[in-house]
Parts: sequence; C-alpha cells; structure tokens
Amino acid sequence: MSFIRSHILVCTGTGCSSSDSIKIIEEFERQLAAQGMDKEAKVVRTGCFGLCALGPIVTVYPEGACYTHVTVDDVEEIVSEHIVKGRIVKRLLNKNAAEEGPVTSLTETRFYKHQQRIALRNCGVINPESIDEYIGVDGYAALGKILSEQIPPQQVIDTIKASGLRGRGGAGFSTGLKWQFTHDAVSPDGVKFVCCNADEGDPGAFMDRSVLEGDPHTIIEAMTIAGYAVGAHQGYIYVRAEYPIAVKRLETAIGQAKEYGLLGKNIFESGFDFDLELRLGAGAFVCGEETALMRSIEGHRGEPKTRPPFPAVKGLFDRPTLLNNVETYANITWILNHGAEAFAAIGTEKSKGTKVFALGGKITNTGLVEVPMGTTLRTVVEEIGGGVPGGKQFKAAQTGGPSGGCIPASLIDTPIDYDSLASIGSMMGSGGLIVMDEDNCMVDIAKFYLEFIVDESCGKCVPCRIGTKRLLDLLTKITEGNGEPEDLDTIEELCQHIKQSALCGLGQTTPNPVLSTLKHFREEYEAHIYEKRCPAGVCKSLIQYVVDPTKCKGCTRCAQGCPTGAISGAVRAPHIINQSKCIKCGACMDHCRFDAISKQ
Amino acid sequence: MPNCKTIVPYRGTPEQEERLRQVIAEHKGQPGATMPVLQAAQEIFGYLPEEVQIIIAEGLDIPLSEVYGVASFYAQFTLNPKGKYQISVCLGTACYVKGAAAILNAVEQKLGITPGTITPDGKFSLDSCRCVGACGLAPVMMINNDVYGRLTPDQVGPILDMYK
Repeated sequence: MSFIRSHILVCTGTGCSSSDSIKIIEEFERQLAAQGMDKEAKVVRTGCFGLCALGPIVTVYPEGACYTHVTVDDVEEIVSEHIVKGRIVKRLLNKNAAEEGPVTSLTETRFYKHQQRIALRNCGVINPESIDEYIGVDGYAALGKILSEQIPPQQVIDTIKASGLRGRGGAGFSTGLKWQFTHDAVSPDGVKFVCCNADEGDPGAFMDRSVLEGDPHTIIEAMTIAGYAVGAHQGYIYVRAEYPIAVKRLETAIGQAKEYGLLGKNIFESGFDFDLELRLGAGAFVCGEETALMRSIEGHRGEPKTRPPFPAVKGLFDRPTLLNNVETYANITWILNHGAEAFAAIGTEKSKGTKVFALGGKITNTGLVEVPMGTTLRTVVEEIGGGVPGGKQFKAAQTGGPSGGCIPASLIDTPIDYDSLASIGSMMGSGGLIVMDEDNCMVDIAKFYLEFIVDESCGKCVPCRIGTKRLLDLLTKITEGNGEPEDLDTIEELCQHIKQSALCGLGQTTPNPVLSTLKHFREEYEAHIYEKRCPAGVCKSLIQYVVDPTKCKGCTRCAQGCPTGAISGAVRAPHIINQSKCIKCGACMDHCRFDAISKQ
Repeated sequence: MPNCKTIVPYRGTPEQEERLRQVIAEHKGQPGATMPVLQAAQEIFGYLPEEVQIIIAEGLDIPLSEVYGVASFYAQFTLNPKGKYQISVCLGTACYVKGAAAILNAVEQKLGITPGTITPDGKFSLDSCRCVGACGLAPVMMINNDVYGRLTPDQVGPILDMYK
C-alpha cells in the first residue's frame, strides 16, 4: 500500500470551475508526475469551500495551507516548493491569513472564525464523487443505525421534532411536524412520496447548489431516512437544470449508493425499500413553491394549487408527500448522529441550529457562510464579509430574494433568525444576502425585483399576474421622473391587495421588496417624485453628466470616448456635454483622468 | 421574452426523429414523462418546433395543447432555434448590483440584437438569465458552457471576437 503524505484539495464548485480549477487539477497531476511526487501526494476534487471571491482555492494538507486566486502557472511552484521541499508558498496564501501572523489555515481567518458548519460540514472537505470518503466521515451511519436496530419511525420523527429544526427553504415551518403530518396521513393505496426541493430559484442564493455539489450523499441518506420515517418508498429530487455539476454529482452519488446497497431493495437487510429519481427543473421560479414543484414533477405546467389540502395529505400524484429543501435535509444526519439536544443548543429560542447565507453584492468576501441562528447582521457583513469594498457606505442588505425585503443600515444589529427578520418586514428566505452600498438606488432595486416577478409569475391568479405588472408600471413611472404624490398611496394599497389575495406563497410575498424599501427608504421615493432626483445617481432619466470647468484640462479623452458625439470643446479648454444628445452611458466619466465629470 | 412559433423552416433529420422516438418509447407510461421527453428532444434538435411537439404528443398519447402548454411555460424550453454560440448574460441580483445591465448593453451594441433573438448569420443568440449561481464572480456572462466573470463592459468586445 502506498503512503500518501500530502493531500491537495482543489475546489471544483461552480464558482472555482468557472475560473479554471479543472485545468489546475490537470496541471497538478502533470507536475506531480513530472517531479516524481505522484505516489506521495494526491489531488482531491472537493466541493465549495465557501470563499468564492478568492477562487480558485487550493488547500494543502496536513499543513492546512490555503492558496487563493491560484492560476495554472502557480502550480509548478506549489509542487516544487511545498510538496517537494515542504516550504509553504507565502505569496499565494490567503491575504487575511498572512496578515494575521503565522496562521495559514483557512479555519482561523476572520471569515471562518464566526462560522459553525453543520449543513456545509463536508463541503470542501471530502471528494463529493467518492462514497467511501462520505462513509469515512460517518456517512450512512445514521441510516445504518436506524435500519439495523429497527428504531421505530415515530422515534426518528420525535428526534427531529425535539431538535427544533425549521424548514430552510424560506417559510420556516417545523420540519418534525411536517414529517409527523406525512407519517399520520392515510394513503388510499399505501403509496407515499418523499421529495427534495433543489430548485433554488432565488437570484443570489447558491447554498443548495454547494451542498449538492460538495456533499450529495448527505441528501440521499437524509431522504432515505425520511422515507423510512413517513412510510415512503420512492423519492424525487427536483433539481435545476441550470446546475449541471450538481446534477452530475447527484447521478454519480445515486449510482454509488445503489451499488453499495444503500438505495434500492432491502437496505441494510432490514426489508426496507427506497428508490430515488432525479427530475430536472426547466427554469421556472414558481416551481420553488411546493405545490407547483409537484405539478412540474407530474409533467405539467408548474402552477400552484390552493392549500389545503396540504401536500402532507394530498401531494404528488395525489398521495401524501413530504417535501423539504436541500439545506433542511443537510441537517438531518447531523441531528441524528449528534442528538437533538446538541442541535437545539445552537441558535435562539425559536430558531435552532445554523443557517447558510450566500453573501453577494457589494461585499469584500463574497461566498457561502454558515452561522448560528441569532448572529447579528453586523457580524455577518462586517466581520465575516469583510465589509463594503472601496470605502463606500453600507446602505442596506436584502434577504429572502424576491419574497424578502431590504434591511437598512440602522437595523444592522438585528439578530438573524426567522422571527426577527419577519418583524422588520423581511424574511429568512432561502438565504441569499445581497449587500448594497450608497451607489444603489432602492427604488431601482424594488423595480428590479418586480421585473423578475412579472417575468416569472405563472399567470394562474389575477393579483400576481396583473397586480405586479401594475406595480411595476408605477415604479417605472417614478424612476423615469413622472411620479406623482398619490402614486405612493396607490402602491401601498395595491401591495396590500396582492398580499391578501394571491394564490400561493410566492405571490403573496411579491410586494415585500416594495413595501420594505418604502418603509425604510421612503425619502428616496420622495426625492424621485418631488425633486425629480435620484439620490444614488442610478435612474438614467433623473441624472445629468456635467463637466466641472475648473477641473477639466481639455484633454479631449471624454469627447473621443463618447459614443454619440455629445461632447464638444477645444483642446486645452473646458468641454461641454450636450444634454439632448447624451445617452447617459457614463463612458465620459470612465475616460476622464482628472475627476472633472460628475453625475448630478 | 419572445417565445412564439418560429419562422425558421424545420430541418429535422430522420435520424433525429428516430432518436426522439426511442426516448419516447423509454418514457411512455411512466408518470410525469412529458418534461424528461421535452428535455431530451431539445437536446436532440436544439429547440422544440411544432413538428417535434406533434411527434411527442402522438408518441406519449397526450393532447398537443398540453405539450405546447408545458413547452411554452418553462424558460429552458425554446420554440426558436439558438445560435452557434449562445450568449447568456446573468441578471441575477448579485450581478445586477455589480453592473450586469451595462454588460448586457455592451453585448447588444456589439451584435445589434436584443435578448431573445439571434444574429442574421445564426452565429450568436442572446438571452438574459437569472443567476447561474456564480455570484462570487459577478457580473457573469456565459457563452455556451464558458463562463466569463468579473466582467467590465470594455471586455465584452474582445471576448466576442474570440468566437468565430
């Protein structure tokens, strides 16, 4: 047996793959062979480390040295210096780590210090395409214990209930209760189903994708346990076709589990049968809603149905169906292995455990973070996220995607849990957390979400199909400088109507981005309406580019860069922008070297 | 997004139709077969013209209206052919706040087409999409399976020039 001295972990999540991590792996394999180290060092393809902004990321164990922004050209040096001679390549280390002293490990940095990883525990640690590595980290132990000791299903459900786990897809319903309802429901022919919602449609959220790409077996194991607990023998994973890497890894994982007898007939010789099938979504946001998702699996247009009956009673193919999302399932085996008490000890009184957030937008460390419930927004944005780059001011954070709302800077000390977020007009949602700075116009952001909703509304009910279109018309009118004082009242009234009368959860929450920005940033709406001014300088109809004649040197760069020839002026004399020709593209401002052009 | 009946003449080959019939035979009788069959058909033909929808409706023994209903509901299905190079500019939230609108503008100006359409030579088709999940690299554009991240508008021209 050969002795492997070093493990080189290379992230192959979507973010790092997009920046060439696959070529880096090939180069590592080539260099290791060329320098005669291929028997002593092994390249491991892992899932996402979470720090996507610094990708591609390569970690070398046992030292735990974490190299960031690695390029194919750096590989030879890492092999010859680190692997052959044992000298860490300081130049490529994560900058935070290098600044904070001799510490090189990623887990010691500010980004990871406040995090606690449960759902993401295996992401970036094991090779997601190897079932043996999953088994090596206690994978399938929970399933094995339950089936071989014949633990009664009710006891499994009680453990999940006692843990206090709530659905991570957005609404935050008790997972244990959901299992109980499906368990108690009577099926006319005894058939029940277990489904996994992996149709992560919120723009800006990608934690489910990272779990599927980094730890697919944990979902399979949790779904099998769920099937045993509620009495189902068939499961479906509804996954977005836009996630090709996740789809491939799930297919591989399901194949391996079947080969090992962990899926299929008579699992662990217990007489329990369970099978899993993948269903690919086809790009419809509404399919994240549970009844629409089931319609889609049935092969129809993904249109929601009225509830009740709830899916636990009458769901997929009219049978009792348990539906949880990816992150919820990712917590299940941890709870069963560590006990409900250990899980319930984390978090706040009503929100237990941890939550994964996808940090994005105007923030230094974009990526995935997992923090205990109740962590403040300030900790996430300033400590873990490293704050807003470029010395700009933090203005707001948007959580919950198109169903959520914007949290203003004044509420940055709000603890993040289901109830605190709901009380300030936002929601947990699936966990997208987009940071905005002073350059973002909140009216424009509200309009952006409405455009998304208008595009994605399935069209079944009138409030969502027509109401959101009218809302968008009103917002467009305001951003174009034609807003009238009574528009704000009309918007508020329309929002209330949609909230009360839309058919599904997604429709009912569509006004949230508008209502929350109106509540916390009303002065910005008013500036657009009364002063015909966009304070952030985003809404094109309301801004003008002007040349400051005291700063302009007459270098003509702006005039050369203007696509419409709107700028005139003699060489070495201040230039002038002809506002009737200007299309407000901002090219002049980018070209100016003297900071003489500004937006007003 | 214009997703109406195409004006491009149907050029499906007998081999393609035979492959589709095999897929239909594999799925026939299974619950919820419509979506997997449509997905396979789009793989085979690149898009879903009326002729293909008819084959599917007859093969699965379901009304054509239902096939059309599903095909026109989901953003992934296209009733129009796509270009040799399919450009997709992400307009998800993370990309949007980092200036994706300017990237889309730059592509539109360079190619003279708008989202949902194709260049006359059939080389490029342009779409906007909602989040490819590479938010750490925002703003992001995809051309076929190549991902371009951390883009600025002036990089768009040189990138498009690489596709001949």
